[in-house]
Amino acid sequence: MNIWIAIGLTAVGCYAVKLIGLLVPAGVLERPLVQRLAALLPVALLAALTAQQTFADGRVLVLDAKAAGLAAAAVALLLRAPFLLVVAAAVLVTAGVRAMTG
Amino acid sequence: MTSAGSGLTLLQTCALSLLVFTGASQFALVGALAGGGNPFTAAAGAFFLGVRNAFYGLRLSQLLALPRAVRPFAAQWVIDETTAVALAQPTRRSVRIGFTVTGLSLYVLWNLTTLLGALGAEAIGDTDAWGLDAAGPAVFLALLAPMLKTTMERAVGGLAVVLGLGLLPVLPAGVPVLVAALAAPAVLWAEGRRRGRTTQAKPDDVPGEDR
Repeated sequence: MNIWIAIGLTAVGCYAVKLIGLLVPAGVLERPLVQRLAALLPVALLAALTAQQTFADGRVLVLDAKAAGLAAAAVALLLRAPFLLVVAAAVLVTAGVRAMTG
Repeated sequence: MTSAGSGLTLLQTCALSLLVFTGASQFALVGALAGGGNPFTAAAGAFFLGVRNAFYGLRLSQLLALPRAVRPFAAQWVIDETTAVALAQPTRRSVRIGFTVTGLSLYVLWNLTTLLGALGAEAIGDTDAWGLDAAGPAVFLALLAPMLKTTMERAVGGLAVVLGLGLLPVLPAGVPVLVAALAAPAVLWAEGRRRGRTTQAKPDDVPGEDR
Protein backbone atom coordinates (compact mmCIF):
# COMPACT_ATOMS: atom_id res chain seq x y z
CA MET A 1 0.00 0.00 0.00
CA ASN A 2 2.83 2.38 0.91
CA ILE A 3 4.34 1.82 -2.50
CA TRP A 4 1.06 2.79 -4.17
CA ILE A 5 0.96 6.00 -2.11
CA ALA A 6 4.48 6.84 -3.26
CA ILE A 7 3.63 6.07 -6.88
CA GLY A 8 0.49 8.20 -6.69
CA LEU A 9 2.25 11.19 -5.12
CA THR A 10 5.11 11.03 -7.60
CA ALA A 11 2.76 10.72 -10.58
CA VAL A 12 0.63 13.70 -9.52
CA GLY A 13 3.64 15.86 -8.59
CA CYS A 14 5.60 15.11 -11.75
CA TYR A 15 2.57 15.71 -13.98
CA ALA A 16 1.80 18.99 -12.22
CA VAL A 17 5.27 20.46 -12.79
CA LYS A 18 5.20 19.41 -16.45
CA LEU A 19 1.83 21.17 -16.89
CA ILE A 20 2.85 24.34 -15.02
CA GLY A 21 5.62 25.02 -17.52
CA LEU A 22 3.20 24.78 -20.44
CA LEU A 23 0.50 26.92 -18.81
CA VAL A 24 2.56 30.02 -18.03
CA PRO A 25 0.80 32.84 -19.94
CA ALA A 26 2.24 33.86 -23.30
CA GLY A 27 2.57 37.50 -22.21
CA VAL A 28 5.24 36.61 -19.67
CA LEU A 29 7.14 34.63 -22.29
CA GLU A 30 7.31 37.52 -24.75
CA ARG A 31 9.72 39.45 -22.55
CA PRO A 32 13.23 39.11 -24.05
CA LEU A 33 14.89 38.28 -20.73
CA VAL A 34 12.46 35.42 -20.09
CA GLN A 35 12.99 34.12 -23.63
CA ARG A 36 16.76 34.09 -23.28
CA LEU A 37 16.50 32.46 -19.87
CA ALA A 38 14.14 29.79 -21.21
CA ALA A 39 16.58 29.11 -24.07
CA LEU A 40 19.55 28.79 -21.70
CA LEU A 41 17.86 26.64 -19.03
CA PRO A 42 17.77 23.45 -21.15
CA VAL A 43 21.48 23.97 -21.89
CA ALA A 44 22.25 24.08 -18.17
CA LEU A 45 20.01 21.12 -17.37
CA LEU A 46 21.25 18.91 -20.21
CA ALA A 47 24.89 19.69 -19.42
CA ALA A 48 24.41 18.86 -15.74
CA LEU A 49 22.47 15.66 -16.54
CA THR A 50 25.06 14.49 -19.06
CA ALA A 51 27.85 15.02 -16.54
CA GLN A 52 25.96 13.32 -13.72
CA GLN A 53 24.98 10.28 -15.77
CA THR A 54 28.59 9.88 -16.87
CA PHE A 55 30.57 10.62 -13.73
CA ALA A 56 28.19 9.68 -10.93
CA ASP A 57 26.98 6.44 -9.43
CA GLY A 58 24.16 7.42 -7.12
CA ARG A 59 25.66 10.25 -5.09
CA VAL A 60 29.27 9.15 -5.49
CA LEU A 61 31.48 10.60 -8.22
CA VAL A 62 33.17 7.90 -10.31
CA LEU A 63 35.49 7.74 -13.28
CA ASP A 64 34.75 4.51 -15.15
CA ALA A 65 34.32 3.12 -18.65
CA LYS A 66 31.39 5.49 -19.31
CA ALA A 67 33.83 8.42 -19.38
CA ALA A 68 35.70 6.74 -22.27
CA GLY A 69 32.36 6.10 -23.98
CA LEU A 70 31.33 9.72 -23.64
CA ALA A 71 34.71 10.87 -24.94
CA ALA A 72 34.14 8.66 -28.00
CA ALA A 73 30.71 10.24 -28.45
CA ALA A 74 32.28 13.71 -28.23
CA VAL A 75 34.84 12.82 -30.90
CA ALA A 76 32.07 11.42 -33.10
CA LEU A 77 30.14 14.69 -32.65
CA LEU A 78 33.17 16.77 -33.61
CA LEU A 79 33.50 14.65 -36.75
CA ARG A 80 29.81 15.44 -37.46
CA ALA A 81 28.82 11.79 -37.26
CA PRO A 82 25.09 11.02 -37.44
CA PHE A 83 23.14 10.73 -34.19
CA LEU A 84 22.92 6.93 -34.06
CA LEU A 85 26.64 6.57 -34.75
CA VAL A 86 27.41 8.92 -31.85
CA VAL A 87 25.35 6.80 -29.45
CA ALA A 88 26.74 3.56 -30.89
CA ALA A 89 30.30 4.83 -30.42
CA ALA A 90 29.61 5.56 -26.75
CA VAL A 91 28.02 2.15 -26.15
CA LEU A 92 30.72 0.17 -28.00
CA VAL A 93 33.66 1.98 -26.41
CA THR A 94 32.13 1.64 -22.94
CA ALA A 95 31.53 -2.09 -23.45
CA GLY A 96 35.03 -2.50 -24.92
CA VAL A 97 36.76 -0.73 -22.03
CA ARG A 98 34.74 -2.78 -19.52
CA ALA A 99 35.62 -6.02 -21.30
CA MET A 100 39.32 -5.13 -21.26
CA THR A 101 39.48 -3.92 -17.67
CA GLY A 102 37.20 -6.71 -16.44
CA MET B 1 13.40 -2.87 -15.15
CA THR B 2 15.40 -2.27 -12.00
CA SER B 3 12.21 -1.87 -10.03
CA ALA B 4 11.11 -5.47 -10.52
CA GLY B 5 14.17 -6.52 -8.55
CA SER B 6 13.50 -4.18 -5.64
CA GLY B 7 10.18 -5.36 -4.29
CA LEU B 8 7.67 -3.68 -6.61
CA THR B 9 5.05 -5.85 -8.28
CA LEU B 10 4.67 -6.06 -12.07
CA LEU B 11 1.57 -3.86 -11.86
CA GLN B 12 3.33 -1.26 -9.71
CA THR B 13 6.33 -1.18 -12.01
CA CYS B 14 4.18 -0.62 -15.08
CA ALA B 15 1.94 1.93 -13.36
CA LEU B 16 5.06 3.89 -12.48
CA SER B 17 6.18 4.07 -16.10
CA LEU B 18 2.71 4.88 -17.43
CA LEU B 19 1.85 7.54 -14.87
CA VAL B 20 5.13 9.17 -13.95
CA PHE B 21 6.97 8.87 -17.28
CA THR B 22 10.13 10.70 -16.38
CA GLY B 23 12.93 8.19 -16.02
CA ALA B 24 15.09 9.88 -13.41
CA SER B 25 12.15 10.28 -11.02
CA GLN B 26 11.14 6.64 -11.49
CA PHE B 27 14.62 5.37 -10.68
CA ALA B 28 14.86 7.69 -7.69
CA LEU B 29 11.52 6.53 -6.34
CA VAL B 30 12.37 2.86 -6.77
CA GLY B 31 15.82 3.35 -5.28
CA ALA B 32 14.44 5.16 -2.23
CA LEU B 33 11.71 2.54 -1.69
CA ALA B 34 14.17 -0.32 -2.09
CA GLY B 35 16.45 1.37 0.44
CA GLY B 36 13.60 1.23 2.94
CA GLY B 37 12.69 4.92 2.71
CA ASN B 38 9.15 5.96 3.63
CA PRO B 39 6.80 6.70 0.72
CA PHE B 40 6.70 10.45 1.38
CA THR B 41 10.47 11.03 1.35
CA ALA B 42 10.75 8.74 -1.66
CA ALA B 43 8.08 10.70 -3.51
CA ALA B 44 9.68 14.03 -2.52
CA GLY B 45 13.02 13.01 -4.02
CA ALA B 46 11.36 11.85 -7.20
CA PHE B 47 9.38 15.09 -7.33
CA PHE B 48 12.54 17.22 -7.12
CA LEU B 49 13.99 15.31 -10.04
CA GLY B 50 10.82 16.06 -12.00
CA VAL B 51 10.83 19.82 -11.33
CA ARG B 52 13.22 20.47 -14.23
CA ASN B 53 10.40 19.46 -16.59
CA ALA B 54 8.65 22.72 -15.67
CA PHE B 55 11.60 24.65 -17.16
CA TYR B 56 11.33 22.55 -20.31
CA GLY B 57 7.63 23.34 -20.47
CA LEU B 58 8.40 27.08 -20.37
CA ARG B 59 10.51 26.80 -23.48
CA LEU B 60 8.29 24.29 -25.24
CA SER B 61 5.12 26.28 -24.79
CA GLN B 62 6.64 29.14 -26.86
CA LEU B 63 7.80 26.79 -29.57
CA LEU B 64 4.76 24.55 -29.75
CA ALA B 65 2.15 27.32 -29.34
CA LEU B 66 -0.45 24.72 -28.44
CA PRO B 67 -4.12 25.52 -27.89
CA ARG B 68 -4.91 25.66 -24.16
CA ALA B 69 -7.16 22.60 -24.37
CA VAL B 70 -4.40 20.40 -25.79
CA ARG B 71 -1.80 21.37 -23.19
CA PRO B 72 -2.91 19.00 -20.41
CA PHE B 73 -2.46 16.11 -22.87
CA ALA B 74 0.89 17.29 -24.16
CA ALA B 75 2.17 17.87 -20.62
CA GLN B 76 2.84 14.21 -19.85
CA TRP B 77 5.40 14.14 -22.67
CA VAL B 78 7.37 17.17 -21.45
CA ILE B 79 10.64 15.40 -20.64
CA ASP B 80 14.38 15.68 -21.37
CA GLU B 81 14.29 13.89 -24.70
CA THR B 82 11.22 15.51 -26.27
CA THR B 83 12.48 18.97 -25.27
CA ALA B 84 15.91 18.35 -26.73
CA VAL B 85 14.49 17.06 -30.02
CA ALA B 86 11.89 19.85 -30.28
CA LEU B 87 14.51 22.56 -29.58
CA ALA B 88 16.66 21.24 -32.42
CA GLN B 89 13.91 21.84 -35.01
CA PRO B 90 13.96 24.92 -37.26
CA THR B 91 10.23 25.57 -37.81
CA ARG B 92 7.08 25.42 -35.66
CA ARG B 93 5.70 22.62 -37.81
CA SER B 94 8.78 20.47 -37.34
CA VAL B 95 8.91 21.38 -33.63
CA ARG B 96 5.39 20.01 -33.24
CA ILE B 97 6.15 16.91 -35.30
CA GLY B 98 9.42 16.34 -33.42
CA PHE B 99 7.71 16.69 -30.06
CA THR B 100 4.82 14.39 -30.96
CA VAL B 101 6.89 11.69 -32.65
CA THR B 102 9.49 11.65 -29.87
CA GLY B 103 6.83 11.75 -27.17
CA LEU B 104 4.73 8.99 -28.66
CA SER B 105 7.58 6.66 -29.59
CA LEU B 106 9.33 7.12 -26.24
CA TYR B 107 6.09 6.63 -24.33
CA VAL B 108 5.35 3.38 -26.16
CA LEU B 109 8.94 2.12 -26.04
CA TRP B 110 9.52 3.11 -22.43
CA ASN B 111 6.38 1.32 -21.26
CA LEU B 112 7.00 -1.73 -23.43
CA THR B 113 10.56 -2.09 -22.18
CA THR B 114 9.31 -1.61 -18.62
CA LEU B 115 6.87 -4.48 -19.10
CA LEU B 116 9.43 -6.70 -20.80
CA GLY B 117 12.07 -5.76 -18.27
CA ALA B 118 9.77 -6.49 -15.36
CA LEU B 119 8.78 -9.84 -16.90
CA GLY B 120 12.28 -11.02 -17.65
CA ALA B 121 14.60 -8.97 -15.48
CA GLU B 122 16.89 -11.93 -14.86
CA ALA B 123 16.81 -13.19 -18.44
CA ILE B 124 18.46 -10.04 -19.83
CA GLY B 125 21.32 -10.19 -17.37
CA ASP B 126 23.67 -7.30 -16.74
CA THR B 127 22.92 -4.48 -19.20
CA ASP B 128 25.96 -2.58 -17.93
CA ALA B 129 28.28 -5.23 -19.41
CA TRP B 130 26.98 -4.21 -22.85
CA GLY B 131 27.78 -0.56 -22.22
CA LEU B 132 24.12 0.38 -22.59
CA ASP B 133 24.28 2.71 -19.59
CA ALA B 134 26.50 5.00 -21.69
CA ALA B 135 23.71 5.46 -24.25
CA GLY B 136 21.77 7.88 -22.01
CA PRO B 137 24.54 10.45 -21.52
CA ALA B 138 25.62 10.05 -25.17
CA VAL B 139 22.08 10.93 -26.31
CA PHE B 140 22.08 13.99 -24.05
CA LEU B 141 25.50 15.04 -25.32
CA ALA B 142 24.41 14.68 -28.95
CA LEU B 143 21.35 16.83 -28.24
CA LEU B 144 23.32 19.36 -26.23
CA ALA B 145 26.15 19.83 -28.76
CA PRO B 146 24.17 21.88 -31.33
CA MET B 147 22.98 24.22 -28.55
CA LEU B 148 26.53 25.22 -27.59
CA LYS B 149 27.07 27.82 -30.30
CA THR B 150 27.84 31.02 -28.44
CA THR B 151 30.31 31.71 -25.63
CA MET B 152 27.38 32.34 -23.36
CA GLU B 153 25.85 28.95 -24.00
CA ARG B 154 29.21 27.29 -23.40
CA ALA B 155 29.66 29.22 -20.17
CA VAL B 156 26.22 28.08 -19.00
CA GLY B 157 27.01 24.46 -19.91
CA GLY B 158 30.39 24.53 -18.19
CA LEU B 159 29.07 26.14 -15.02
CA ALA B 160 26.16 23.67 -14.94
CA VAL B 161 28.53 20.70 -15.17
CA VAL B 162 30.64 22.04 -12.29
CA LEU B 163 27.56 22.71 -10.13
CA GLY B 164 25.86 19.43 -11.04
CA LEU B 165 28.88 17.29 -10.20
CA GLY B 166 30.27 19.36 -7.34
CA LEU B 167 27.02 19.45 -5.38
CA LEU B 168 26.08 15.83 -6.04
CA PRO B 169 27.70 14.37 -2.91
CA VAL B 170 26.36 17.08 -0.59
CA LEU B 171 22.75 17.69 -1.63
CA PRO B 172 19.78 15.26 -1.81
CA ALA B 173 19.10 13.51 -5.14
CA GLY B 174 17.57 15.76 -7.77
CA VAL B 175 18.53 19.04 -6.09
CA PRO B 176 22.01 19.42 -7.70
CA VAL B 177 20.45 19.44 -11.18
CA LEU B 178 18.08 22.20 -10.10
CA VAL B 179 20.94 24.22 -8.63
CA ALA B 180 22.87 23.65 -11.87
CA ALA B 181 19.95 25.24 -13.72
CA LEU B 182 20.85 28.46 -11.89
CA ALA B 183 23.88 28.61 -14.21
CA ALA B 184 21.51 30.06 -16.83
CA PRO B 185 20.33 33.13 -14.86
CA ALA B 186 23.82 33.55 -13.36
CA VAL B 187 25.50 33.78 -16.77
CA LEU B 188 22.71 36.03 -18.11
CA TRP B 189 23.20 38.37 -15.15
CA ALA B 190 26.98 38.45 -15.59
CA GLU B 191 26.55 39.08 -19.32
CA GLY B 192 24.06 41.88 -18.58
CA ARG B 193 26.55 43.58 -16.26
CA ARG B 194 29.37 43.25 -18.77
CA ARG B 195 27.20 44.62 -21.55
CA GLY B 196 25.99 47.42 -19.30
CA ARG B 197 29.58 48.56 -18.82
CA THR B 198 30.50 48.42 -22.51
CA THR B 199 27.37 50.34 -23.55
CA GLN B 200 28.22 53.03 -21.05
CA ALA B 201 31.70 53.26 -22.52
CA LYS B 202 30.43 53.35 -26.10
CA PRO B 203 26.95 54.95 -26.18
CA ASP B 204 26.64 54.42 -29.96
CA ASP B 205 26.67 50.68 -29.50
CA VAL B 206 23.30 49.00 -30.07
CA PRO B 207 22.55 46.76 -27.10
CA GLY B 208 20.80 43.44 -27.46
CA GLU B 209 21.93 42.55 -30.97
CA ASP B 210 22.76 39.11 -29.63
CA ARG B 211 23.15 36.05 -31.83
